[in-house]
Amino acid sequence: MEKMTGAQLIVRLLERQGVRTIAGIPGGAILPLYDALSGSTLIHHVLARHEQGAGFMAQGMARVSGRPEVCFASSGPGATNLVTAIADARLDSIPLVAITGQVPLSMIGTDAFQEVDIYGMTVPITKHNFLVRSAQELLEVIPAAFRIAMSGRPGPVLVDVPKDVQSQLIEVAELPPPAEPEALPPLDQELLAQAAQMINEAEQPVLYLGGGVVHSGAAALAVTLAEQASMPTTMTLMALGAMPMDHPLSIGMLGMHGARYTNFVLEEADLVVCVGARFDDRAVGKAAQFCPKARIVHIDVDRSELHKVKNAHVAIHADVSTALEALLPQVKVTLRKRWLSHVDSLKSRFPLQLPGQDDPRTHYGLIHAVAAALDDEAVITTDVGQHQMWVAQAYPFRRARQWFTSGGLGTMGFGMPAAMGAAMAEPGRTVVCFSGDGSLMMNIQELATLAEEGLNVKIVLMNNNSLGLVYQQQNLFYGKRVFASKYRGAPDFVRIAEGFGIKALDLDGESDPRAALAQALNTPGPCLIHASIDREQFVYPMVPPGAANTEMIGG
Amino acid sequence: MIEQVADPLPQQGYAKVVLELEVNNHPGVMSHICNLFARRAFNVEGILCMPAADGRRSRIWLLVFEDQRLEQMMRQVEKLEDVLAVRPHGAGHEVFERLEDFFH
Repeated sequence: MEKMTGAQLIVRLLERQGVRTIAGIPGGAILPLYDALSGSTLIHHVLARHEQGAGFMAQGMARVSGRPEVCFASSGPGATNLVTAIADARLDSIPLVAITGQVPLSMIGTDAFQEVDIYGMTVPITKHNFLVRSAQELLEVIPAAFRIAMSGRPGPVLVDVPKDVQSQLIEVAELPPPAEPEALPPLDQELLAQAAQMINEAEQPVLYLGGGVVHSGAAALAVTLAEQASMPTTMTLMALGAMPMDHPLSIGMLGMHGARYTNFVLEEADLVVCVGARFDDRAVGKAAQFCPKARIVHIDVDRSELHKVKNAHVAIHADVSTALEALLPQVKVTLRKRWLSHVDSLKSRFPLQLPGQDDPRTHYGLIHAVAAALDDEAVITTDVGQHQMWVAQAYPFRRARQWFTSGGLGTMGFGMPAAMGAAMAEPGRTVVCFSGDGSLMMNIQELATLAEEGLNVKIVLMNNNSLGLVYQQQNLFYGKRVFASKYRGAPDFVRIAEGFGIKALDLDGESDPRAALAQALNTPGPCLIHASIDREQFVYPMVPPGAANTEMIGG
Repeated sequence: MIEQVADPLPQQGYAKVVLELEVNNHPGVMSHICNLFARRAFNVEGILCMPAADGRRSRIWLLVFEDQRLEQMMRQVEKLEDVLAVRPHGAGHEVFERLEDFFH
């Protein structure tokens, strides 16, 4: 028997679970837990400057490692500040365990100081959540939180712990074992055989990969399937890197800002094999007109995604890796010469156009120059907006978990703290965050954390002094009535970075921007690289919201 | 520009169906379930909940319209951690019929 407080018990359980870094901010209702954490020799705490930053740092760690990572926040505003990062994790299926302090049990529901019903608030944005009512419950709840976060389709779990539960003394006879993922759903062999038969009989099949391929560690299997069956392969924003961009079968990203030929190939497909993707509206456009000639095979570990947007002819509820492994021996080795040469001709007639890619002072050229200075071991994150789509289009991603972006929620402010999380989890890698001036200012306070931790994070700031994607949409779809999308002031980001103690480089003033960029990227430690870009450059091609993918404009 | 918005489907004219849910019994379970239906503008016509057997579990009876989204809704309900089983019954199930006396 060992006597300890609820807070000490939480720390012990986190240590046993393998948690080694926690990002968070203390406050009144979580002080017992911080007191216990101060006694841990295993866990390094990173003091964020805003709880949303802490949430995204935990996400960055989880996106790199694939394991649930942890963030802490106090009650009330601390907890509500976490909400965006939790919702973001939910939409991108990222395993996250958020632990919040709560007012003491007897004061819950009385509008106590810094009390909010974070349990109630996070019901729709977590995979599951808990309000812990005794220290004894922690023995079940903490392992359950990890088990739920990592099982099946990963996602965020919130554990709200009242202050008196943190301080409560309990006798613990034996600690529960660290959580393991639940057993995967059993494979339906008959459906797999049907899927294989459809692939074997198809003449113009396309493989459509989503983030589930990355989460399940199935990228290599997916590439093998594509090669074995000669399937042109498209990836969602979340799956970029699952197949190398320069693989002969890769047709790049589909959807709103995909290349014209990619969406045309899908238009002509007679079979779409959708693996770990969910027919999101930004990927498929008007759902009724997506792949109009195709039969659909859909493989997903989340049963509620099957038949949700598009009815599948064969719907397989399974872990993507397990399903692909079982599918591969049944898929004939085929060389679809006619189909592949047709895809090639579409590609040469309607290619992805990257104007200015050889000039590092343009948006595409800057992205190419960054890629040229790095190898595939670097991790790339982005914020949200035009720069995000340009990077998605132009960066030569070649491995899974090379790239992290806020896909489903589209959260500006994601990029820098997520990059910091990635660098915490894998300090050996160079982590580059492409950002815009609008996005960077949404979590700019984390520059202070970045300076303190000295992480190997480079921020490439593409500055057009506006909310570029809003400016673009107002120009294209709102009669050029530009409103609230151009900034009137122009902050000096180089001085801001230096003020936080971060080295900074302004490419605008460099005579050889390519060399200056390469040197900055290859010098260890944090650095902000500023580059002005042209506000009048838009992301093309673009499918107008609500239109079919074949109705692209531009590009 | 037309954004894609999921309009609430007209529910009149659809048959009703009774769902029987086996759930863990603790505060918060109802909010998880009701949230899901509310979010998709899926009107719950009737709801009934009582603890079952040893008090560790509850049984929830829901009366809903059987529109084309029902199957997917059921899958989303089944996905909830505290929902152990979902069983659909016809609208004629006596649980709500017997309750009608209390509402007239």
